[in-house]
Amino acid sequence: MAPQIEEITGRYAHIDIEGLPHRIYWEEAGAGIPLVCLHTAGSDGRQYRAVLNDPEITRHYRVMVFDMPRHGKSSPAAGTVDDDYALTVQGYLAQIIAFCDAFELENPVAMGCSIGGRIVLHLALHHPDRFRALIGLQSSAHVDPYYDTTWLDRPDVHGGRMCGAFAHSLMAPTSPPEHVDETRWHYMQGGPGIFKGDLHFYRGAEGDIREDLGRIDTAKCPLHLLTGEYDFSCRPEDSEALAQALGIGVTIMPDMGHFPMSENPEVFLTYLRPVLERIRAG
Amino acid sequence: MFDDLTRTAAPGTPLAAQARGLDMRLMLRAGEEDTLVIIRDGAVTEARRGPHVTPTWDTRLAAAPGDWAEFLAPMPRPGYHDIYALLRNRRMAFEGNLLPMMQNLMYIKRLLASLRPEVA
Repeated sequence: MAPQIEEITGRYAHIDIEGLPHRIYWEEAGAGIPLVCLHTAGSDGRQYRAVLNDPEITRHYRVMVFDMPRHGKSSPAAGTVDDDYALTVQGYLAQIIAFCDAFELENPVAMGCSIGGRIVLHLALHHPDRFRALIGLQSSAHVDPYYDTTWLDRPDVHGGRMCGAFAHSLMAPTSPPEHVDETRWHYMQGGPGIFKGDLHFYRGAEGDIREDLGRIDTAKCPLHLLTGEYDFSCRPEDSEALAQALGIGVTIMPDMGHFPMSENPEVFLTYLRPVLERIRAG
Repeated sequence: MFDDLTRTAAPGTPLAAQARGLDMRLMLRAGEEDTLVIIRDGAVTEARRGPHVTPTWDTRLAAAPGDWAEFLAPMPRPGYHDIYALLRNRRMAFEGNLLPMMQNLMYIKRLLASLRPEVA
């Protein structure tokens, strides 16, 4: 019997980011409006497998998912593998803009989760003219540190096991076990220190955008927010506070945790499709 | 509240096999009551209720009895479904030497979850 083959294609693109050559792995499917998807801290683009495989979406959207440098199949730039990695606002924005520029994407939609849900706020602030719309999953303006991230990367704790177990904590008990396992496996495969390094952007001062929310004009670039109710990293009340500050709505997804597109993809798609329809109609 | 761990993580169980080589004294505190869980080679050999006299333990997880009850519900509510959710909401404290717990975090989470009634 012939195997079932998914419509996703994965290739490598050579892209300069902040003056350094990178070999970036990306996956894509579909045609139409570019939809650039941004994975969570410490993981990779496999989180968006259901979006890439959804014919209702790929009929109208060119879904593109790249692995951030150091993540998934995008290796660190030459000579940087031993660097003390810490993601910054400037560096993260540069990756996304470089990817969009490299593929000459016109008016793409960007959708990000967690750190990706935070960086879309920075895209709204700094690059509103570049995007047709933005979608923030598990999106908040800041997170106060509530646990010690040094446990994620130290010599006497297996980083993969630790990061996988912590990712498991962030998922809803109602999510299908096979997708929970898939999601934590991505974390178990992450490179040493990348989860902790990404959280440099997410927690504390680096990515905190509270003071700049007043300068974001959602009329210029519409922003859509979707948040799972079991998430304790970006809690529903955190997204609601963000939405209130921006004067927009937020959809709270029951029975969903921190990784909606990956931990419970079929249910998540029922929330995403209407948002993409509205963006297309708009 | 924690007595059943000697059954769910008894020697030879699949749960015990997930932490082979782990020897640990895990204290679980519900309000003022401490239960000392003794783990040998990944298996729970004792779940000894207090009061204890000068107890020695590695890691202690402490929460109010009502919060433990919420955590151990067959399908816990948001905010109660995981020890880190309880930590975030300041309903649980991680105390003592956290290293053996962090080295075996998934096992410890599964150990506690094994006390939940099966969801039909």
